Amino acid sequence: MELSGWGRYPRIKGQLHEPRDEAALAALLQADTPVIARGLGRSYGDSAVAAQTVSMRHFDRMIDFDPDSGQLVAEAGVSLAGIIDAFLPRGWFPSVTPGTKFVTLGGAIAADVHGKNHHSEGAFSAFTDWFDLMGADGRVIRCSRDANAELFANTFGGMGLTGIILRAAIRLRRIESGWIRQTMIPARNLDEALEAFDETMDATYCVAWIDCLGTGDNLGRSLVMTGEHARPDELPPERRARPFDTPRHRDIPFPFDLPGFVLNPYTVRAFNALYYRMGARKAGDGLVDWDSYFYPLDAVQHWNRLYGRRGFMQFQCALPLEGGDTGLRRLLEAIARSGAASFLAVLKRFGPQTGPVSFPMEGYTLALDFPMNRRSLALMPELDRITIEHGGRLYLAKDSRMSRETLRQTDPRWSEFTRMRHEAGLDRRFASAQSQRLGL
Amino acid sequence: MSAPVLILGARSDIARACAHRFAQAGHPLVLAARDAATLEADAVDLRLRHGVTVDCVDFDATDSAGHGAFVDALDPLPAVAICAIGAMGDQLESQRDPVAAAAVFRANFEGPALILGELAQRFEARGTGTLVGISSVAGERGRASNYVYGAAKAGFTAFLSGLRNRLARSPVQVTTVLPGFVATRMTEGMDLPARLLAQPDEVANAIFRAVEKRRDVIYVRPIWRLIMAVIRALPEFVFKRTRL
Repeated sequence: MELSGWGRYPRIKGQLHEPRDEAALAALLQADTPVIARGLGRSYGDSAVAAQTVSMRHFDRMIDFDPDSGQLVAEAGVSLAGIIDAFLPRGWFPSVTPGTKFVTLGGAIAADVHGKNHHSEGAFSAFTDWFDLMGADGRVIRCSRDANAELFANTFGGMGLTGIILRAAIRLRRIESGWIRQTMIPARNLDEALEAFDETMDATYCVAWIDCLGTGDNLGRSLVMTGEHARPDELPPERRARPFDTPRHRDIPFPFDLPGFVLNPYTVRAFNALYYRMGARKAGDGLVDWDSYFYPLDAVQHWNRLYGRRGFMQFQCALPLEGGDTGLRRLLEAIARSGAASFLAVLKRFGPQTGPVSFPMEGYTLALDFPMNRRSLALMPELDRITIEHGGRLYLAKDSRMSRETLRQTDPRWSEFTRMRHEAGLDRRFASAQSQRLGL
Repeated sequence: MSAPVLILGARSDIARACAHRFAQAGHPLVLAARDAATLEADAVDLRLRHGVTVDCVDFDATDSAGHGAFVDALDPLPAVAICAIGAMGDQLESQRDPVAAAAVFRANFEGPALILGELAQRFEARGTGTLVGISSVAGERGRASNYVYGAAKAGFTAFLSGLRNRLARSPVQVTTVLPGFVATRMTEGMDLPARLLAQPDEVANAIFRAVEKRRDVIYVRPIWRLIMAVIRALPEFVFKRTRL
């Protein structure tokens, strides 16, 4: 069958295995071809596709919860959506969440996902106490900060290349309501946006939507949004009695592939201008339910069809604090100049780097979607070059097309990772289309 | 306190999906299957996610002599009983080996019918209850590719229909479920058309709604009603030449 990531590019022909227990999983590791584990397929590129792909969907049981510490033990195929369904009504929420709740625990660890609170609280690894990993020989070992610490560290951001994550213990966060107190700060350009980041460093959540088609004085025009979990006394009186009741979102299906020509620089420019004006009008404080705040795109099932059958790609880089502002400016200029259509680009402030191959580094991260076409592909090497020149790196969970050379120049940490994999015999058992493309 | 639900054959994918659907609505569960200790991981998951009580009990559908004692031991008697017991077997083996064929009859007809019959007696005496039998479209007309399984399911469907007829004047509801193709362990590796292939969650949702609305016979995807109407309407001299 044909498998792809969320960006629907590239599509790889291969076999999808769906083992139901550890024995069946271990048996798959006996074969000569290496395998890669796959959760809900939300990585954008080819991180979770291979000739032999192993779906972890049958490993979807919760195992234990300690209401004193908030520690949840669950199998790797359990999703954040399932965790929220079960625990939000009891006053718990994932400590770190990416922009979709349809990710599994295994995937969140493998990509060491970050959320809107990276600057204040760190990545997914910061709240993971331990996990069980099936190694190349099919044996299962428990990894934590104390036991098998090196393997533990290398697995965060290791993209499933250190073994198959079977189950994990993560710490949830106590919350008092299902609502977020959001503050919207319009920024007319990049300087204002970065200034707003500096001023909101102590906010729990902070993210900016950035209009990549703005030029000149409007370059980097953004809406900076901070958020805090609301306390019941901050809710309108009629909501205080049941603070975890939020409107249930109806899933809006996206039933067909949009023809490629619908998204062009003109329609996207018009959309972005409208979005900015509507946002600026809402400047100030407001209450937003958790689903709209963290997962606005989850409301539209299969929104990846928006980009048509050819799919799309996402460029996400991290730039260091020093010189990061210049790097961002150059990236935005290059994007605006190219006229490649991108909307809902996201800019964020990152906190310090943790872990040997985890993506985030102290500084900024910029993420933008591009429809898969010649113009976008032509732009990528230029964005890569600017990233390299400013000491930045690219996020493997989003990557579908980077070259080995770009990886070497942006993120030399992977050569040590590759050596470790070879010595431990992991490279013969675990590989994805991405790891083969990048020589990991 | 919501009404307790008994799920027979609780290890199957459809049964597991039903367990989650009913637990989500707050129903306490009793999961019954052979080797009940192995259901414990599912039970823990159900308790954690939905905060309901879940008990696991040993049950062997083919041990018909033990059915009475099994039902006696249920305390309280459940309000809803869902029977998801079944096994496709291997048609070629069933053709060659009468012992294998008998096992398919027992697993898909005799066992499910007798345990629901036993529960029907208790529900009728109590004056309330819902019995759900998961049968199969394979029982609507025997086909060369799986008629041993199909014949057993036909027997089960007829049994449920008769039971429903008998209990029509009592408050006890009997629901027949004809799921069509479902993505389960049973159909793993088969090349089935996606439009006709339901997910276990979909079947569980349909069963949940059917119990709420006291429906008699449900197909999970409406298209199956049409397909089966056509298959049933084919004259035998045509049907016998088909390869379905």
